[in-house]
Amino acid sequence: MDYFAQQLINGLVLGSIYGLIAIGYTMVYGIVGMINFAHGDIFMIGGFIALISFLVLVSFGLTAVPVILLIVLLVAMAITALYGWTVERIAYRPLRHSFRLAPMLSAIGMSFVLSNFSQVAQGARVKPVPPIITGGYTLHKGAGGFVVQLSNVQIVVVITTVVLLALFTWLVARTRLGRDMRACEQDQTMAALLGVDVDRTISMTFVIGAALAAVAGMMYLLYYGLVDFYMGFVAGIKAFTAAVLGGIGSLPGAMLGGLAIGLIETLWSAYFSVEYKDVAAFSILIVVLIFMPTGLLGRPEVEKV
Amino acid sequence: MSGGRVTAPTTDHKPARAHRAAFILKKALLSAFVALVLFSLMIGIRTEAGPTGQLIYWTRFSELASLVGAVFIGSIIVELMRQWLGPAPTANLIPPPVQNGLALAGRLIAPALLIFTLLVPVIFYQQRYILDLAILVLTYVMLGWGLNVVVGLAGLLDLGYVAFYAVGAYSYALLATTFGLSFWICLPLAGILASLWGVMLGFPVLRLRGDYLAIVTLAFGEIIRLVIVNWQSLTGGPNGISGIPRPTLFGIPLTPADDGLAARLGIEFDPTHRIVFLFYVILALALITNWVTIRLRRLPIGRAWEALREDEVACRALGINTTTTKLTAFATGALFGGFAGAFFATRQGFISPESFTFQESALVLAIVVLGGMGSQLGVALAALALIGGFELFRGLEQYRMLVFGIAMVLLMIWRPRGLIGHRAPTVYLKRAEAISSDLVKEGHG
Repeated sequence: MDYFAQQLINGLVLGSIYGLIAIGYTMVYGIVGMINFAHGDIFMIGGFIALISFLVLVSFGLTAVPVILLIVLLVAMAITALYGWTVERIAYRPLRHSFRLAPMLSAIGMSFVLSNFSQVAQGARVKPVPPIITGGYTLHKGAGGFVVQLSNVQIVVVITTVVLLALFTWLVARTRLGRDMRACEQDQTMAALLGVDVDRTISMTFVIGAALAAVAGMMYLLYYGLVDFYMGFVAGIKAFTAAVLGGIGSLPGAMLGGLAIGLIETLWSAYFSVEYKDVAAFSILIVVLIFMPTGLLGRPEVEKV
Repeated sequence: MSGGRVTAPTTDHKPARAHRAAFILKKALLSAFVALVLFSLMIGIRTEAGPTGQLIYWTRFSELASLVGAVFIGSIIVELMRQWLGPAPTANLIPPPVQNGLALAGRLIAPALLIFTLLVPVIFYQQRYILDLAILVLTYVMLGWGLNVVVGLAGLLDLGYVAFYAVGAYSYALLATTFGLSFWICLPLAGILASLWGVMLGFPVLRLRGDYLAIVTLAFGEIIRLVIVNWQSLTGGPNGISGIPRPTLFGIPLTPADDGLAARLGIEFDPTHRIVFLFYVILALALITNWVTIRLRRLPIGRAWEALREDEVACRALGINTTTTKLTAFATGALFGGFAGAFFATRQGFISPESFTFQESALVLAIVVLGGMGSQLGVALAALALIGGFELFRGLEQYRMLVFGIAMVLLMIWRPRGLIGHRAPTVYLKRAEAISSDLVKEGHG
């Protein structure tokens, strides 16, 4: 039971990271109707930028951890958001009204560009960082000597995710931009006729998605203490799985799916085998799509002829 | 983007030109600024694990400055090009005689290419490197033609094609090393096994469309790879399988031994013999793929694939069984992938999961899309261009995939429908003009 509780905590933390990435997929899919294949690599870039800015700040002599983390968070979000904007501008916008496969392939190309760019720029080796946030709480001491722990990193990850989600939900539900985004999701032509700048709204969608992915990248760095140029691919597919599981296009669904994938992966590693955890996650994607193509919270797609 | 499309006025006077220059400069400065922010940390600062395991960093501001400068100048050049060339007028510019000439050349290019390919081992007998490269290109031509059945004809976006390639390769490797079966017995078995996997993938994804299908096939490809990596007792895991037997000419090995081909023919043994033999094997396999595809396109099932690609709903309304149509497309594509995999295994003599990554799937898909989705000749040319281009950049090592990614994005923007961009159905009225308007009016046309 204690072991299970510990895995539950670990799974929820991992799930929040996946959820943050999944939001980027689901938003873009909702508005543009394409799988932003490069999104996983945007997440990886976010992790790298967080790592580099952290190193620079530490070498400048900053010691207050909360201040460092806040600055790193903002820098990573800002620069990664610009990456998202640039990717959309270069690779997707010229192909917006092209045939179905073109943006998909362009996105795959962009994914290669980003991951190999960071390999060329920062080297192929894994970058480890010492634990930045240390300490934690012991929640429960089991009879068998097993200790259920909640580390401070885990608390930071979950709280950051919750705060960002609240902020993001407010943005989509209450602001002008959110309204524009929802309008573009329903009908781009109509939205344009009513004075919504569709290009700008789509750009902003990518920017917000990338910023959230940057946060996920930073949380990944804090939680696992390492980044490498290849981590975007697998994390990207899993986050996409999360988005599909939750019902693509649905924002709460993405978060829910993220948590589900995180839990499944952690529990699978804990009780079955670590080697096959990715296989489990991918199999779930296939199973979900067979039996529940619209996901947990998705709307059924009605095809008009 | 939209700003550059404004056509310049015919009367070109100074204020307009100054205005345009200012516009270009502004755009270039903006691009340079964006590049500065993007590259500031990723290029300007290089991190690496130091001797003690602690991360250290050093600055690379000169590289950063030169990159930003390059973006600035590049942006000006692109913008100038765009203004000079204007919105590119395409087909209308080419006069009809030239067009006819091009059409003739287009008809001649396939036979010419085939004859040249048949002669490659004769011409380049001494250049082992070119022969190896030619075998590699032909392997990808075959993979491209195989995937073309799924993507180009049936319109099912498959991002996990490498899975069938892997199944074929491992089937041959395991059958040959465990049971000692020969290449020619294993080849059909590998194809059938891969094809069964194709059906297995096909069943669950029958209901899926477009992007969902793409991601499920991608997940399938990854699952196969992960199983190969982790099932160490069967596949040897990351170490792969080595010592895979080389193919024989119907039982006659191509070795310097006494019963080898060279000894039997009474000629001196040369290791190039085997390369040439492999070349003709893959050429034959590729041509079989091509021939089967061309024949299938003329059969009802091929017509059904094309109908499925154009409109699934209409296809179903016409009474075509989409289930069997999709499954046969997957099975046929996988069959050729399995053949290519078996060939790959026998050529390399060693296989490991590293050869079957997603990059491979993306490369084959890029060949198909670049080739114009459905055009057999286009796929062959695209394989030649991409694999040849890939080899050109071999010296650049780690920049290779970066260049490949950039090329993929630029090509999609430049020609979203591929180099030979036609998707014409194979059935159409050849003499459309012969039908008079009277008939059309009466409903006979």
